[in-house]
Formats: sequence, structure tokens, C-alpha cells
Amino acid sequence: MKLWAHRCVARAALVATTSFLATTSCNKPAPDVRSETPPSARPLSGAMADPSRLAQDDGQWTMPAKNYAATRFTALDEISTGNVKQMGVAWTFSTGVTAGHEGPPLVVGDTMYLVTPWPNILYAFDLTKPGAPIRWQYDPKPLGAAKGVACCDIVNRGAVFANGALFFNTLDGRAISVDAATGKERWVTQLADINRGETITMAPLVVKGKVFVGNSGGEFGVRGWLTALDAGDGSVAWRAYSTGPDKDVLIGPNFTPHYDSDRGKDLGITTWPGEAWRTGGGTVWGWLSYDPEADLLYYGTANPGPWNPDQRPGDNKWTAGMFARSPDTGEARWFYQTSPHDLFDHDGVNELVLADLRMNGGARKVLMRADRNGLLYVIDRSTGEVLSASPFAPVNSNKGVDLKTGRLIAVPEKAPKQGIVVRDICPAAPGAKDWQPMAFSPKTGLLYIPHNNLCMDFEGMAASYIAGTPYVGASVVYKAGPGGNRGFFTAWDPIAAKPRWQIKENFPVWSGALVANDLVFYGTMEGWFKAVDAGTGQLLWQFKCGSGVIGQPMAFKGPDGHEYIAVAAGIGGWPGAIVSADLDPRDATAGNGWGGALGDLKSATTKGGMLYVFTVSGGK
Amino acid sequence: MRRLMCLLACVAVAAAGCEREARRYTELPAAANRSTAVRLTMLQPGSPQPLSNVQSPYQYNAYGLSEGKRLYAAYNCAGCHGLNGGGAIGPALTDDKWIYGSHADQLFSTISQGRPDGMPSFGGHIPDQQIWQLVAYVQSLAGMVSQDAATSRNDDQAAAKPENRIEDARQIQTGHR
Repeated sequence: MKLWAHRCVARAALVATTSFLATTSCNKPAPDVRSETPPSARPLSGAMADPSRLAQDDGQWTMPAKNYAATRFTALDEISTGNVKQMGVAWTFSTGVTAGHEGPPLVVGDTMYLVTPWPNILYAFDLTKPGAPIRWQYDPKPLGAAKGVACCDIVNRGAVFANGALFFNTLDGRAISVDAATGKERWVTQLADINRGETITMAPLVVKGKVFVGNSGGEFGVRGWLTALDAGDGSVAWRAYSTGPDKDVLIGPNFTPHYDSDRGKDLGITTWPGEAWRTGGGTVWGWLSYDPEADLLYYGTANPGPWNPDQRPGDNKWTAGMFARSPDTGEARWFYQTSPHDLFDHDGVNELVLADLRMNGGARKVLMRADRNGLLYVIDRSTGEVLSASPFAPVNSNKGVDLKTGRLIAVPEKAPKQGIVVRDICPAAPGAKDWQPMAFSPKTGLLYIPHNNLCMDFEGMAASYIAGTPYVGASVVYKAGPGGNRGFFTAWDPIAAKPRWQIKENFPVWSGALVANDLVFYGTMEGWFKAVDAGTGQLLWQFKCGSGVIGQPMAFKGPDGHEYIAVAAGIGGWPGAIVSADLDPRDATAGNGWGGALGDLKSATTKGGMLYVFTVSGGK
Repeated sequence: MRRLMCLLACVAVAAAGCEREARRYTELPAAANRSTAVRLTMLQPGSPQPLSNVQSPYQYNAYGLSEGKRLYAAYNCAGCHGLNGGGAIGPALTDDKWIYGSHADQLFSTISQGRPDGMPSFGGHIPDQQIWQLVAYVQSLAGMVSQDAATSRNDDQAAAKPENRIEDARQIQTGHR
């Protein structure tokens, strides 16, 4: 079933006018669950609770990226370009947490779920009652000590629903499943060790009865991994490391990367000096996608450690790239390295949006990645071949990709060196785009990218490895990129490889994007939550939230049959820690470089976590 | 009389200079030998007892402060609290807000014992003498040590005022920013 082709019959006319291809299996539209059963009576188990089926129901939002293809697109159209001006608040909820709120609400049936930043409390709200009172809450009581090894604020990027249960991770390294109806704990599995600098901040993905969880800690010299757990009992099915011998990386005879540079025995050891792979990073704190037809899981690996590249000569496999793996066994099928021997903390963990595009004269099954290194990659998801890689933001630290070898073309004068300050490297360490997930509209064929416009000064310094303490080795100072605006919101045509329209934002756009039919939603660090026209980028509506918005907006249809848009506000995250952790920007390296770029953020917003739910129907 | 004053002034300067230049490689001065319990709060039941007035033995000592700066980087304090103390994972050390107190003995116990919200416990992992050097350096980041003795420049990228030019953070008023 093609998840990225929503309600394809209705969309057939549009397919003719855009290059987005309807796939054959779209001829059989997903049943509209809403029209068959009243939401309150909808069962939470059985066939309808299968994640891939649920994701096709635009009334619900069961995983952070909406579906396995990570489009963040809903066809709900009650809220439209015509009436969004009347949109107002239906209800709110204070989380009582003042760290960065990066997680999205989920809606399953008549219940909304939200997991907070540390202390990672999971709330369930009853959407059938006025004001959506709390139905239950689950408090995992994570260790406060975990906050000391969380590089970039104490965020959590969300929970996921599958088969009557919710799955989420705690900062202190546990994967947890609770019953979606009652909040009763089903299982808890300790996966990460804070004394080695490991935390977990990512949102898991559930595929075919397995829960996929990766670690954080790339600034602590941890060894990155993705772990598959049995969704039923939480037992570990397999773990794939991002460095080390092939047997640990789950590289076997079926590993067929597209480029020569990824072929060879134990590259996860031989592309490192000595034992450096043991503390080499490549964590898996970002997003996973899944193609049910190919039965492949796609995800990225983060930066190599330490940042100081002089301490780790070599390509540092398998960091700063992306894997395709079998979800059942974990065996790797292909790998592509966006930043071989990464020089700039350019993690390769950004979301991979799956779509079928007409490119180079034929239909291609692709994945799309707006990478930290400033390039928008369109990659054949069957083979790992790069079809195009084009700068979507100001870039002077690379000259694109050599499409013959697949290798990023370096700019030697921008390469950091130990003891030397290299100035004006663009993009900065947080990249042209960091974790903030983009959305894709099959209606317009455009990607909607929340991102940064940042450059930096970078000096490599000797990093000493002490387990459980930072392992970075760099003095970095960020600054606004060309034009002076620190953020962009860009509508990008992945086939033409150029922007359709672009909005300048004063601060980095650190929120996710949402496409709700013809409307695109995103938030700013000042606290504006905005709706713009998906076709033109025209601002149609905005609302000033109580704190900066860095969360993931989502849409759902309430039990009353009306469409709602929801987002959590609450400044924080890596840049927002200037406010949420009260850093002192008189030190330009504060927050690992943000002091230089965001000295004015404290006068633009204050901390405070609040969930906002919007409607045009008056709410209740 | 004037001569006497001049002589006394010279002696005072020389004495201060001696302390500034002193090298203590192993022994800890008496001030570091703490017999009183460290209090993390001003609030006490009954009649308050005076807070202890322990100072870091390196508060006026250039060598100790310089060592503190070196250790601040070597033990990766910088990774959490900022290369120049502006904060990152951990709180800023350059401002006038001290969660667990800014007194030398409070800082010593914070570094040694750790704190439950993320500060690791370094006690038993590094020598007490080095902790005292770190205490003095941390105080210097907030302008709380002798400017004569504070370090004066980074060997690396200058991204903040040098420690010997930082205003005493305790003088910052908490009102309008």
C-alpha cells in the first residue's frame, strides 16, 4: 500500500498537472474509517490499528511524521485558504515543563496523546469532552542526571501508536510501551547508559511488530546504534551499530551500496584511526521512514565524534550518512554517506521523505533529504544512487556532489584545522537544516522546508575522551548567513531542484512543517504559529503563542467531525536553550556556538510549554 | 611618616605579588581544610549560624587560576558550561545566578559531590587540589577573584571577554536587562 499517495482517486486530476505520480495501488482508496464508525466506538486493536492502515486515515495522526513516507500531509480541508483567517483557539493545555517542546501531539480515535520533554510525562486527553480533560497520565520518572548528558536541551520528539499501544523513549535511555486505552505500563526496556553519555530523544517508529529506537550522544563520544525491539514484550530483536566491524553493523552478503567507497570489509574500523570507532558517534537520534513495498527501513546516522576532524582521519564510516535495512533482521542493504569525514558536525539524521517522482525521463522511487550540509538530496531509494543534490540555502563549504562517485566535493579553504580559526563557513554546525522536519504535498509536488541561514567560525581543539562528559573539541561561533535573516521557510520543487517560493524569518525556523490540503503550517522561535498558502507562500493567518514554537504541528478530525490543527509551543531545543537554559550570550560559544547568533532571543520570547489546539468551527 | 607609608605600601604590594606568584604543587593551604559543613542555603532553623568563609586557596594565585583554566578544558567542564562559561548543557557560570551557591566551599562540594540535575560527581576521580583550582577558575568567570591574578587571554578563539576583565557578577542587578 502506498502511504504517500493519499486519497488518490480524488487526486487524479492533480496528478495530471504535477509531476507527482499516482502509484498503481492507489486505485483502491483507503476506507474512510470515520464515516463507518463513530470515533468513540472505534476499536483500538485489530486490523484497523495496524500502523500502515491507520496512517492513511487523515482523521487521525498516529505517528509524528503522519505516515511511513514521512510526508506530514493531510487532505483534511475544512480549514482552508478561504476560512483560515477565522481560525481560533479551541483549547490549550499547560505541560508545566519549560524545556524545548519538539514533540507532536498524536490523535488516535477520540484520544489525543502528548509526551513532554524531560520528565517525559505522557498525557492522554479525552477529545469527546469539552476542553479535552486528561484521561490518564503516565510518569516514567526519568533520572535528573540524564539532563547532564543531553547535548541540546532535554527534548523528546514524540511517541508513536501501533496496535493499541503507545511507544516512546525517556531521556535516561528507556524505551517504554503503555496501553493506549488505560495508560497502564506494558513494558520498559533500558537501552542507553547515561554514564557513557547516551540518552534517547528520538521518536520511535513501529513496523511489522517491531519498535525501532536509536541513541543520542554524538557530542559525548558514544557509539551510535539503532535497536529493534519486539513491540509485544520489549525484548531486543537486533541492534545495528554505526561504527565497528561488519558483524556489529549488520553488514552481510546482501549489502550492495551504490558507490565503490562504501564497499569493502569492516570499513567501520578501517576508516578510523586505531580504536577511535569505539567513541566515534554516528548516533541515530533523528527520523526513520519505511517503504512497505520494498520492505526497507531508512534512517540516518549522526556526526562522527569528536567534532575536531583532525583527531579522526578517514571517512569515518558509517557516520553522517543513511542506511537502508531490512526491518526483520536489521541487515543493511545499502548505505550512502552525505558527509564522508564530516568536518562540521553535519549529522546525517534529517528525515527521509519517500515519494515517487518523474525524473530523468522515468518514474523513480526516491527518498528526499534536506541535509545539514545544505544540499537537497533526491536519492533512488532502491539503490542509494544520488539523482540530484542541490543547495537549498547559502553554502560555501562544499561544491555539491560528484554524481559519478557520490562523494561530497570539499572546499579545502573552509576545512577546520586544529588551532586555527576558519571564518565564515556556511552552513554552520546546525546545518542549513537541523532536525526540524519538512513536509511534502502530493498536491503541489513541493517540499516545505523549515530551515536555517547560518554561518560560523570554527576552530578545532584537542578533545579528551572522558566517558560521560562532552567529547567535542571545537570552538564554534554561529552568525546569521547572507542577508542577515537567520531562518527560512522554503517551498522546494524536488524535480526542478529549485525553490518555488521562500519566506525569510528572523530566527532559525526550528519547528516542523505541516501541509493540510492547501495550507502549510509552521512556527517561529518568537512564538508565531503561521498558516501560509501552499501554492504561493502568502501569509494567511498567524497566532502569537506564549512561547517560541519549535514543535511539530499536526491535524486531526475531532469526534465532533471538525478539523483541528494542534501544535506544542515551548522554546528550547539546541538554539532555544539560550532561553530555556538561561545561557549567557556574552560568551559567543554559549550553547556550543549559539551565543554568537541568538543574543537577542531572550528579548524575543520566554520559556513555557503549552499545547494549542485550533479550529474554525468555534471549538468547545 | 610618608616614607613609612611608602615602605608599607611596597611591602604590601610585594606580599600580594608573592601570593600571586606562589607555586603550590602538592600541599593545600589551611583555608582548604574545611571543618565546617557546607550549607547550600541561607535558611536555617532557630538562630542562624554564620556561613563559613572558606575561600579557594587559589583566589589570588595566578598559577592556580591558570591551572584551573587548563583543567576546565581538560576535564570537559567547557563542553557543558561553555568554553568561556556562558553555559550549554549546564548552566552559565558567568552570571549572578548560582543554583547551589557561589561560595568557594559550595562550589567545591558541587564539583566534588555532583548535583542530581546533571552535574557529574568528580570527587574521587580528580585530586582535591585540582578541584580547588577549578573553584577559583569558576569564580574568575564571574569576576569574583583578584583581577591581578585572573587569566588574561585564551590560547584559542576569543569569543568572550578575558577573565581578568569580567565584571564581578555579584554587582549585576537583577532588574532591567
